[in-house]
Amino acid sequence: MSSELRTDDRSGDQLADRPGGRSRIGQTIVWVLVAVVGATAWGVLALVRHERISALWLLAAALGSYAIAYRFYARFIVRRVLGVDDTRATPAERLENDIDFQPTDRRVLFGHHFAAIAGAGPLVGPVLAAQMGYLPGTIWIVAGVIFAGAVQDMVTLFFSMRRDGKSLGQMAREEIGPVGGAAALLAVFTIMIILLAVLALVVVNALAASPWGTFSIAMTIPIALLMGFYLRVLRPGRVMETTVIGVALLLLAIVAGGWVQESSWASAFTLSAKALVICLVVYGFFASVLPVWMLLAPRDYLSTFMKIGTIGLLAIGMLFTLPVLHNEAITKFATNGKGPVFAGSLFPFVFITIACGALSGFHSLIASGTTPKMIEKESQIRLIGYGGMLAESFVAISAMIAASVLDQGLYYAINAPAGVVGATAQTAATAVTNLGFPITPNALTAAAAQVQEKTLIARTGGAPTLAVGMSEIFSSAFGDTLKAYFYHFAIMFEALFILTTVDAGTRVGRFMLQDTLGNVWKPMARVSWWPGVWSTSAVVVGAWGYFLWTGVTNPLGGINQLFPLFGIANQLLAAVALAVCTTLLIKHDKLKYAWVTAIPLAWDTLVTLTASWQKIFSADPGLGFFAQRNRFQTALDKGTVLKPAKNIADMHAVVTNSTVDGVLSALFAGLIVIVLLDAVRVCIKAARTRGGLPTAEAPYVESHIVAPAGLIPTAEERRVLAGTGAGSGSGTRGAHPS
Amino acid sequence: MTIGWAGTALRGIRWYLREATGESAYDSYVAHARREHPDAPVLPRRDFERVRQDARASQTRARCC
Repeated sequence: MSSELRTDDRSGDQLADRPGGRSRIGQTIVWVLVAVVGATAWGVLALVRHERISALWLLAAALGSYAIAYRFYARFIVRRVLGVDDTRATPAERLENDIDFQPTDRRVLFGHHFAAIAGAGPLVGPVLAAQMGYLPGTIWIVAGVIFAGAVQDMVTLFFSMRRDGKSLGQMAREEIGPVGGAAALLAVFTIMIILLAVLALVVVNALAASPWGTFSIAMTIPIALLMGFYLRVLRPGRVMETTVIGVALLLLAIVAGGWVQESSWASAFTLSAKALVICLVVYGFFASVLPVWMLLAPRDYLSTFMKIGTIGLLAIGMLFTLPVLHNEAITKFATNGKGPVFAGSLFPFVFITIACGALSGFHSLIASGTTPKMIEKESQIRLIGYGGMLAESFVAISAMIAASVLDQGLYYAINAPAGVVGATAQTAATAVTNLGFPITPNALTAAAAQVQEKTLIARTGGAPTLAVGMSEIFSSAFGDTLKAYFYHFAIMFEALFILTTVDAGTRVGRFMLQDTLGNVWKPMARVSWWPGVWSTSAVVVGAWGYFLWTGVTNPLGGINQLFPLFGIANQLLAAVALAVCTTLLIKHDKLKYAWVTAIPLAWDTLVTLTASWQKIFSADPGLGFFAQRNRFQTALDKGTVLKPAKNIADMHAVVTNSTVDGVLSALFAGLIVIVLLDAVRVCIKAARTRGGLPTAEAPYVESHIVAPAGLIPTAEERRVLAGTGAGSGSGTRGAHPS
Repeated sequence: MTIGWAGTALRGIRWYLREATGESAYDSYVAHARREHPDAPVLPRRDFERVRQDARASQTRARCC
């Protein structure tokens, strides 16, 4: 504890940029301007009703708020609350081993961290939440990231960094206790399974009956194998040229998909959702047992490049075209809770549906995984932890815009489950028009034809919606002729990085399972013992495969049923992370600042437990899993078939799925309560002890690395760096050419 | 003047990509080995990359949603 206090006072001075009088006035003017722009944009968003607004206002409100939050709130947390200390060596410096512990340039690490946290989540959630209107989702994305999501990421990163990069589960066990720790570990594992199932479901829904998409995605496997072979055997270490070859082949695969769709091969690549599930499960199994260099690593390069490239393109496309939003600010589904995309009203379900982009518990696994082992300087957590999450939040805002520029009739025709909209343009147009969003069957057929898909009806999961929205934005920037290519490019990029998440997630799940079983029987933990590797992989793949299968076959719609569960699971993990952070702040004798993580924790707990309560106990069969189960079971007992089930087998499927989903909701809620109670016990004890409680923080060692804190070095930092002979931007160990 | 700027920018981008993809890892290893242990033999690139790939295999990064 003493080292903690000692360092607090110094860090403030050391980090302070000491601007001269004139530049201080200049800075003040700039920040006042940023505040005015942000506030004006929020004002427009709040006041304009019943007329279409430009996406410009959403972008301005978000970017203005991010800038203010990063400059003031993040700095306050870093300096006052956490007390980062740049004289203290980070684990990367102390334990450098060239494998996982490695001081990494802050800008490079920002890229790694962002690529690890941003995936399909921030793209899918906002698309689904657009059914409540663009406003509730936007407010939550911006306010959530500033006060909860980015705070969680950065504070978890800080505490893990102070503990040699320990994982969230380890920190929960050491700092809270064995009960909380075990609950946290179980939570992490179940969440991973649900996450993988839901993400895989997004891919299945995007590829089902689309030979173009299926062919392009299938081609990524041989492309990745080729890249892996090239890197391993032909030209070891030449990652960049390999990636260039890979990306070129990938673009070719997208174009070739169009040819395949027109050719006699089309039928071979037209797969049903069920067939795709089997393909994915088999693929997932092999991807997780094959050596990493063969498939996983090259895919990861590809998907990272595609991800950053596409997100960049989308942002540029939006800024160029400044599209007009067709969505309403707040729809009737926000209050009546009867939306077709997912059931439930604004509170709590907007906050559940949009996880990544606002507050995502999954990030705490990355913030307590590789990133803390690579950070050069403590103060860089602001750029990497907080800044990385702000960037992800911006991706979420882009997705919200892409979903909101669509004609709303088309949006609901794509996103409502087949049970609601039927299978033909006629039934869909009627159903959607009855919902209050008039559209003609011809318009639906034309929209599908424009992107060269057979149908867009009930293509739930968010990916097709986003792809249509993106192709709309891109084609208004670059011309209509390429619309189908833009659509398939967007589908490809989403599917590609979801599959990378599935590969990596299955492997991480397998490691966790092997680790846990290894405590009972040693050989299971060995990564080179084939029976152990194969059996644990099969268990993990089987677990997410089961939920994926039920998602595909569920007459009520897999996304509709599973996405809330995924959201609850993700937010539950956030509660675990925030509970660990709050406990640690109090143990470090920082009770007066504990609100920084305690308030988001309280909010998150309220949201998660309310949502769980409704999913378990609601008497509305559209919302509560057990009410749903009872309704279908009662009908089944009488031998009748209820819509949207078509036969008795469907009825049985609904009953089983509702039971499993309901039990899982209860399990998640139970776990969160256990972790919280255990954390509160420790917090009370710590608050009553003068000077806090001892923690597992690694002892102070003096740092010899000199590196800037923020993205752009301050004048002071440049002077210090020049004194050490390093380049202008990089730390002393980097080799920046300047 | 502008050419100088463009050159710096291109060098910066190249530096960033090499660092981010790990392509520069071998060069840093060689520089490090020469500096710290001038007499010890330096691994050829093929062997170095293989050791590095295999060392990373056991610690897959989770990817978020």
